[in-house]
Amino acid sequence: MLPFLTAAKSSVGKKYLMALTGLFWVLFLIIHLAGNLVLLSGHSDAYNKYSHFLLSLGELLYVLEFILLAFILLHIYSGITVAIGKLRARPQSYKVQKNLGGASRKTVSATTMIYSGLLLFIFLVVHISHFKYQVGVNGDYTTVIGGVEMHDFYRLVYDSFSYGWYVLFYEVIMILVFSHLRHGFWSGFQSLGVNHPRWSPFIDGLGIVIAVVVGFGFLVIPLYIYFIGGA
Amino acid sequence: MSNHAEQSDMRLHLKIWRQPDADSPGKFVSFEKEKVSPDMSFLEMLDELNEGLIKAGEDPVAFDSDCREGICGMCGLVINGQAHGPRRSTTTCQLHMREFKDGDTITIEPWRAKAFPVIKDLVVDRSAFDRIIQAGGYISVNTGNAQDANAIPIPKRNADEAMDAASCIGCGACVAACPNASATLFTSAKISQFALLPQGQVERKERAIQMVSQMDFEGFGDCSNYGECEAACPKDISISHIARMKREYVKAALTTA
Repeated sequence: MLPFLTAAKSSVGKKYLMALTGLFWVLFLIIHLAGNLVLLSGHSDAYNKYSHFLLSLGELLYVLEFILLAFILLHIYSGITVAIGKLRARPQSYKVQKNLGGASRKTVSATTMIYSGLLLFIFLVVHISHFKYQVGVNGDYTTVIGGVEMHDFYRLVYDSFSYGWYVLFYEVIMILVFSHLRHGFWSGFQSLGVNHPRWSPFIDGLGIVIAVVVGFGFLVIPLYIYFIGGA
Repeated sequence: MSNHAEQSDMRLHLKIWRQPDADSPGKFVSFEKEKVSPDMSFLEMLDELNEGLIKAGEDPVAFDSDCREGICGMCGLVINGQAHGPRRSTTTCQLHMREFKDGDTITIEPWRAKAFPVIKDLVVDRSAFDRIIQAGGYISVNTGNAQDANAIPIPKRNADEAMDAASCIGCGACVAACPNASATLFTSAKISQFALLPQGQVERKERAIQMVSQMDFEGFGDCSNYGECEAACPKDISISHIARMKREYVKAALTTA
């Protein structure tokens, strides 16, 4: 057998890791969005019970968090090596470069993957430190539901998105999410070797649907809270 | 008899990359080319330019070509930012000046990739492709008479797909067009054509691993699935072959002893 590291570091293996970790994150985003759509219901107890349930998973939650962290670091690592390899492989760039059209898949979202990806990682650090670790959050966000004391994430989210600049920051990022998934989803399957006359049109279409649903789903939540929910 | 309106001769501004050798820096040099007939091929236009340069005692512009029929893979220029120029499914030699207009500025550059160093002007060294082929692009055949071709059953679809992959002429336009300067389409076509046929089964696994390793070793970039390679390919080779190469490589990596 080829040594695992040799295979993983090859141009094929590198993109395999990028695709597997990326598609796992897409799955996570879909579940994350589904959970957070509860915010739009206006039932604070439902949302707080949901987040309390997640926190009560205990060790399982740590395992999931570890997998997500490890996967995103692998994803970033392979993304950065691809970006560096690109510079190395063409030290002298073209004076004129024009897209070819036709069979080309070189969209804006495809050429900006490294930038959207790095910005999304910065966002992730801000997002997690704010909502999970509540860095810089003042005030007591706890509540009691049915005799159980739990975090009042619902109020934290609503209070956070009462600031226009914070909402704007999220809106910009969610457009990047859309853009990253627009190329990332179908490209992930292609990197895994899935390209089939019957299935590929379906995967391409599904990729666009998921990019729109996830990107705009997360985009709607802060907007709703800012303009309607907070009232 | 042509139904086209008679197109008259054109005057063109050419900006051509000149570089004396691999180690010297290059630069763009401008030329005015008059009396360009729309019926000329792109290379004939350059031939005429060179005749003028030779008569004037100057160094002609070096570029590659051989068959000039679009089947040998020798020619290849980046014309106005597009590998093999503006016409799809066409090699540079099969591109005609009727694709351009009077007064156009045409920028001509060599394939640009670290693995394809410039030899002179527009000529690049593509022996990296030869080394990828040497790494695994062959099959084992016993000596003796060739057996009857019909003795080996091959599904029609496999034969068609193998033929599509085998139509690769190794021109390097995929590398030139790829924003990452990746040779994945070339390598995948070569792996694919053998993986689909019974004759290719003996070395199937080693081939996938060795050709990919050689491709990586040569310093080509990675594949980001831009698909510019397929759009630039004069033989319309599909990126579905790239997906097959990935399957071949992973299967081989997991199962070879």
